[in-house]
Amino acid sequence: MSIKIDKEVLEKFTCYTPLKAPEGMKKEEQMKLFYRMKLIREFDTTVKDLWMENKIYGLAHSYVAAEAIAVGTCFALKPDDAITSTHRGHGHVIAKGGDVKKMMAELFGKYEGYNHGKGGSMHIADVPHGMLGATGIVGSGMPLAVGSALAADRLGTGNVTICFHGDGGTNQGVWHESINMAAAWNLPVIFVLENNQMAIGTELKSVSKEVELYKRAAGYGIPGVQVDGFNVFAVYKAVKKAVDRARNGEGPSLIEAKFLRLLGHFVADDQWYRDLKAVEPFWKLDPISRMKDYLLENKIAAAKEIERVEKDITKEILDAVNYAANECTEPSVETLYDNIYADGEIIK
Amino acid sequence: MRNITVRESLNEAMRQEMEIDETVIVMGCDVAIRGNPFGVTKGLLRQFGEKRVIDTPISEAAFTGMGVGAAAMGLKPIVEILYSDWITLASDQIVNMAAKMRYMFGGNIEMPLVVRAPFGAGGGNAAQHSQSFENWFNHIPGLKVVAPITPYDLKGMLITAIRDKNPVIFFEHKRAYQMKGEVPEELYTVPFGKAAIRREGKDVTIVSYSMMSIHAMEAAEELAEDGIDCEVIDLRSILPMDYETVMNSIEKTNRVVVTQEANLRGGFAADIVAEIIDRGFDLLDTAPVRVGGLNVPMPYNMGLENYVIPGKETIKKAIRKALKD
Ligand SMILES: Cc1ncc(C[n+]2csc(CCOP(=O)(O)OP(=O)(O)O)c2C)c(N)n1
Repeated sequence: MSIKIDKEVLEKFTCYTPLKAPEGMKKEEQMKLFYRMKLIREFDTTVKDLWMENKIYGLAHSYVAAEAIAVGTCFALKPDDAITSTHRGHGHVIAKGGDVKKMMAELFGKYEGYNHGKGGSMHIADVPHGMLGATGIVGSGMPLAVGSALAADRLGTGNVTICFHGDGGTNQGVWHESINMAAAWNLPVIFVLENNQMAIGTELKSVSKEVELYKRAAGYGIPGVQVDGFNVFAVYKAVKKAVDRARNGEGPSLIEAKFLRLLGHFVADDQWYRDLKAVEPFWKLDPISRMKDYLLENKIAAAKEIERVEKDITKEILDAVNYAANECTEPSVETLYDNIYADGEIIK
Repeated sequence: MRNITVRESLNEAMRQEMEIDETVIVMGCDVAIRGNPFGVTKGLLRQFGEKRVIDTPISEAAFTGMGVGAAAMGLKPIVEILYSDWITLASDQIVNMAAKMRYMFGGNIEMPLVVRAPFGAGGGNAAQHSQSFENWFNHIPGLKVVAPITPYDLKGMLITAIRDKNPVIFFEHKRAYQMKGEVPEELYTVPFGKAAIRREGKDVTIVSYSMMSIHAMEAAEELAEDGIDCEVIDLRSILPMDYETVMNSIEKTNRVVVTQEANLRGGFAADIVAEIIDRGFDLLDTAPVRVGGLNVPMPYNMGLENYVIPGKETIKKAIRKALKD
């Protein structure tokens, strides 16, 4: 029953590593990783359907196929640690322990949503849980993360900041400028690069000569590693090490979690520009099927247990949709000027 | 004549100009293989190859700056900023380099650069994908800024922009790409600095551009049923701006409404009203009325978004205000 990965895929995806839980990781913890990944999958699969049915609008980007990265990373964090996001933020919210109801309500543009209907998918934020917000400007999370680390350092909180970003983001000027400063001042920030090898329709290899992006770390004098981004344990282990280092005052690291975008850039993208036949075999690397396979194979969980988790997740998402669609309210125009300025001040 | 979409007219402008001038190149995120998300540059890669149609990394400051360098040294680059909101990233290169080099260098350089920037709100794209920054660039000596709306004007003015030896910021309204209109097959140009009178009228002048001229026309048609006769001016070109046409119209109507989609504060409409007052305060029977978006970041919720963006009804209200007394 174990998933067989084609030779052709392994040849192309050289950072593949088989799943193996870190020494001493408890069953509940492993199940939690599975739960969070599956919750992201179910959430974003539903979001696509809702978008297609015109129930939600704007630009929504799916975190499907990247689940292991956010979940593995955030599992290495303490609740007060911070993360910065990208335009693809749903997975980051869930991985950081966010509330799918509030997120769904936001995507429906409802007042009860995380951002009171002002932000939507692309600006989803859960600041109380340390999720500093999705952003539509590629690269803009980089200095934000370094600034967050600067604050942690100067305020002596002992917290670290994770900076999620895509391979596309690595070619923004701020990427380089931010890492340079973080390195120069030993700030407690970990750059987690979600390398799906694509930026909408542009392949990384067509715009960067060196595609082994972790190697760039050397230029800034910080550690850089590459891990199997489809493997939640591999991501967790690498991030844990970097987090410990950062907490010890030893400065930033760059972790390249390499994977492949398996779906469209945004929910309605049919990817006509891409050879989907070449993508198809990579579904064997799907982090969730692999994790499920691992749990069963190693008798960590019984099929029944996993089924129950999956059922609960389906219900959790259904409830979230029902809540957002039927129990929440549209923001009134009286709320339009709220929160442009601090302390309720309104400047029209 | 053929009816084609805005998307097709822009595509044709680039294609035809590239056919006769091999110094014209196109660069930006996803302009080549994907032909830009709106399909505006579709097919250019196939026809002209990857040396002239270039998918860039997400490096707006650098690829716009490269456009400046290439323009200085013999190419005619058309740089695309996918959503004009991110022109902020490229602004240093546009404002401090492209706009000023000719002047700073004593006239010894050319700068035939076009920056295409899809702009405008609608569709729930929220605060970083909906803005209209035309007036920022209107403020900068050395730039030209245009925002045509009809397929005919878009084609003709894009060709003018490519041939212009100055840096041109070319604003295309994102909601207009599917709109259709008559467009000649051959190459032609539409000059900058010349407004179009879309509708003649004697009661009030409506000054508009881009999507607002569509809404102004709708408002004018509806008010015509109430016996109000509006003259609708589509500026097409923001810098240079055709004040002659505007003042001639006001001389006839003695009332003016100036519209913009951008939020009102610090906007182009304010600049236009100030200039109208300077040039012909005495021509006005009532105070000029401005129409613009509300001064908020664009909210995601589409109910709120519709409330923020001015449309036909906002313009009708402004016209009635201008007609009071
Ligand atoms: C500054 C800026 N330029 C361009 C875009 C358009 N855009 C949105 S997402 C994207 C690709 C981003 O690629 P990557 O960082 O690898 O993240 P991915 O979408 O692959 O997860 C692009 C070009 C943008 N949002 N912001």
